[in-house]
Amino acid sequence: MIKDPQARIIGKENWKDYYLLSIESPRIATQAHPGQFVMVRITSHSYPLLRRPFSIHFKDERNIEIFFKITGSGTGILSQKKSGDTLDILGPLGKGFHAGETLRGKDVVAVGGGRGIAPLYFLAHELRSHGAAVKIFYGGKSHEDLPLKAKFEENGFELFCSTDDGSLGFKGLISDYLQTELQTFNPARIFACGPEPMMEKIAEISQSGDIPTEFSLESVMGCGFGACWGCVKRIRKNNHEGWVKICEEGPVFSGEDIIWTEVEK
Amino acid sequence: MTDLTIDLGFIKLKNPVIAASGTFGYGLEFAPFFDLSKLGGFVVKGLYFSPRPGNPPPRLVETPSGLINAIGLPGVGVRRFADEILPQLRKIKTAIIVNVCGENEEEYASVVEFLDKEEGISAYELNISCPNVEKDGLCPALDSEATFSVVSLVKKTSSRPVITKLSPNVTDIVEIALSAQEAGADALSLVNTLLAIAVDVEERKPVLGNIFGGLSGPAIKPISLRMVYQVVRRVKIPVIGMGGISSGRDALEYLITGAKAVEIGTANFIDPEASIKIIEELKDYCEENGFERIEDVIGTIKR
Repeated sequence: MIKDPQARIIGKENWKDYYLLSIESPRIATQAHPGQFVMVRITSHSYPLLRRPFSIHFKDERNIEIFFKITGSGTGILSQKKSGDTLDILGPLGKGFHAGETLRGKDVVAVGGGRGIAPLYFLAHELRSHGAAVKIFYGGKSHEDLPLKAKFEENGFELFCSTDDGSLGFKGLISDYLQTELQTFNPARIFACGPEPMMEKIAEISQSGDIPTEFSLESVMGCGFGACWGCVKRIRKNNHEGWVKICEEGPVFSGEDIIWTEVEK
Repeated sequence: MTDLTIDLGFIKLKNPVIAASGTFGYGLEFAPFFDLSKLGGFVVKGLYFSPRPGNPPPRLVETPSGLINAIGLPGVGVRRFADEILPQLRKIKTAIIVNVCGENEEEYASVVEFLDKEEGISAYELNISCPNVEKDGLCPALDSEATFSVVSLVKKTSSRPVITKLSPNVTDIVEIALSAQEAGADALSLVNTLLAIAVDVEERKPVLGNIFGGLSGPAIKPISLRMVYQVVRRVKIPVIGMGGISSGRDALEYLITGAKAVEIGTANFIDPEASIKIIEELKDYCEENGFERIEDVIGTIKR
């Protein structure tokens, strides 16, 4: 865990409400794994007060990327930052996806809903580097919610898109699209990040097919490193159910451990 | 070389900066960021006798320059604290203060009785003021008799100094402060969080799982500072001030007002190194203003 108070923004892309920032932070970049996150300080003033958590969207040796949608005052201010500005970031935080050698030669699926696609680009590259065949399922309300479609395609990933309004790809929920497609193949693991109802549905589908799953959960966080106990979800651990800190023991949890009905309170 | 040491009478601190309970975990969470022995001290997360799960989420909501929390004091309980955490804390050369909680007076006393057998604790901070564990924010610190009763009992049990942490959610904090002093408290820390709620206008329901929470952060500083101002004029025991401190200047407001030390809370989340920066800023202030000792700054407020 590194605090980099002077991480420089070196690139920015924007699609309507969605933004991607490339941030130079070699020390964080070298340690980052798919599914981990960073806490970004939005301002040196007291409003917005807390840092905001962002999944690591991608990294190379020197830089990390974050991908986000404007959902409030924090992301609104962050979207106004420019190349050359510096950010105070903490990371990499949390425990990421299991994307190792055991998946070599296997089919795997990564499902992203809306801004939940954020950690899956990094994950998809990692999975491919370990020899897994990755299918990306990417859903949103309309085609404007799938800004990363071209990027996944250009990088040669097999992509399955859905929109609620049918403006792009399968018309309907991405979980329904996945369910349809699962009739033709049987993945070794499903990774997912997105709205909780989407993830809960995927948990159901995969349970009936006995497919292991990993979900990246989201929460308001006070600190991001386990000190405030603010970001808990109901998780099963050693046959015991309890409130578990998403920042420290997650944000990625095995699907069978998540108590979904308690998650959405 | 500025002398930052503070003598609270019952304990000497390296400097007046203490990390506040509930914002500093068990301390070890901050070890990756800085050397914990640089602190004047830290107060570990509130401990009940038994482990507790805490409140259902959402537990946090941000407000303008503030944070409402309803964590609900989850924790490992005294046994695990003594077996697994305290041995690691003993190696840290600073004041380790344990925040003591209880669902009733007997539990406060039993926590202290248990911990009294353990080495490496400098003092207890009696948390009689958490607003989000009981219905409607009830806690002993809202009533002078209840305060007197629990502080007296704990003082009878404890071999260590007892700091009593007061609630701002009262009409007259001086009355409660005097009660705690009369009951034998060695020091007071004030204030805990302000009882608060937030409403989700789309769902038209309270944001927090617990409905009520406690407001902290820069938004509360003028209120907590006012209470410190009122209390230091009336009590003889040392007062530790807290509420919205995120810079050296914030800390100085409390020290100049008469607080002997300060606790840093919410700022730890935003900048895990906040306490260290505040210590540096206090040193700079003393040097720039010709104070050889930080103690010479305390209570120098002019009328």
